[in-house]
Amino acid sequence: MTPIATPFFFYFLAGIAVISAIVMVTKVSPVHSALALIVTLLACAGLYLMLYAPFMAGVQIVLYAGGILVMFLFVMMLVNIEHLYVEKMLNRQWKFGLAATLIMAVLMLGALIDGFRSLPQQLVEISEQNNVQQIGQLLYGSKGGYYMFPFEIASILLLVAVVGAVVMAKRRV
Amino acid sequence: MQIGMLHYLIVAALLFVIGMVGVITRRNVVIIFMSIELMLSAVNLNLLAFSRMYGLHGQVFALFIAADAAAEAAVGLGILIAFFRNRATVNVDEVDLLKW
Repeated sequence: MTPIATPFFFYFLAGIAVISAIVMVTKVSPVHSALALIVTLLACAGLYLMLYAPFMAGVQIVLYAGGILVMFLFVMMLVNIEHLYVEKMLNRQWKFGLAATLIMAVLMLGALIDGFRSLPQQLVEISEQNNVQQIGQLLYGSKGGYYMFPFEIASILLLVAVVGAVVMAKRRV
Repeated sequence: MQIGMLHYLIVAALLFVIGMVGVITRRNVVIIFMSIELMLSAVNLNLLAFSRMYGLHGQVFALFIAADAAAEAAVGLGILIAFFRNRATVNVDEVDLLKW
């Protein structure tokens, strides 16, 4: 069950994800940021594959890299970004914000490293062959399907989001 | 060295913190939205790492988070277009009408 070359691929994908995330945050132009974000999300999809979640990896590629990022680039064509290079990139309170996030990072890493021993060390057997089938059983199955009602609520949420997006992008708000 | 779940959780925490830096320090609202997407993706990575320890329910929950991210991006970009049409700017700190 242990895959081949796991440490190399893990460090490769994690390095790509973190580095291009930093590039995304520090670039001036939103188009460059969007391209770096695509790289990060694809590396995250690779990490999902290593966690035995091939369905979520596919959803990540199709939904994020294929759908949401295209929508971002589309909106960037609609708004004018010519003047971005001459004005400030960071807001007024960025030093305090950066300090607060660094404290948050230290807290999160400390909690993870300190509290990891209380988590189960034995990994669950997840079969990769019928991953989609098992997720479908959990979503809709008559026996052991827990998520039918949350699924319907998610569909209502998407409907509300569609109506809200159309109303927001109308001519006069 | 064997890669444990702790490594994945640390990577997810790093991505989350980088996204939070983007949300807090940047002025451009498009990049703030992209940072929020990055934070949601880091949460998904966290959920999948936990689903490796506790069973398949984490993957179903990550699926719901992905649907939620799509809805949030649609509504957020609609708000962005309305915002740009009214104020002719994409900087969040120039919209301070409610502060006064």
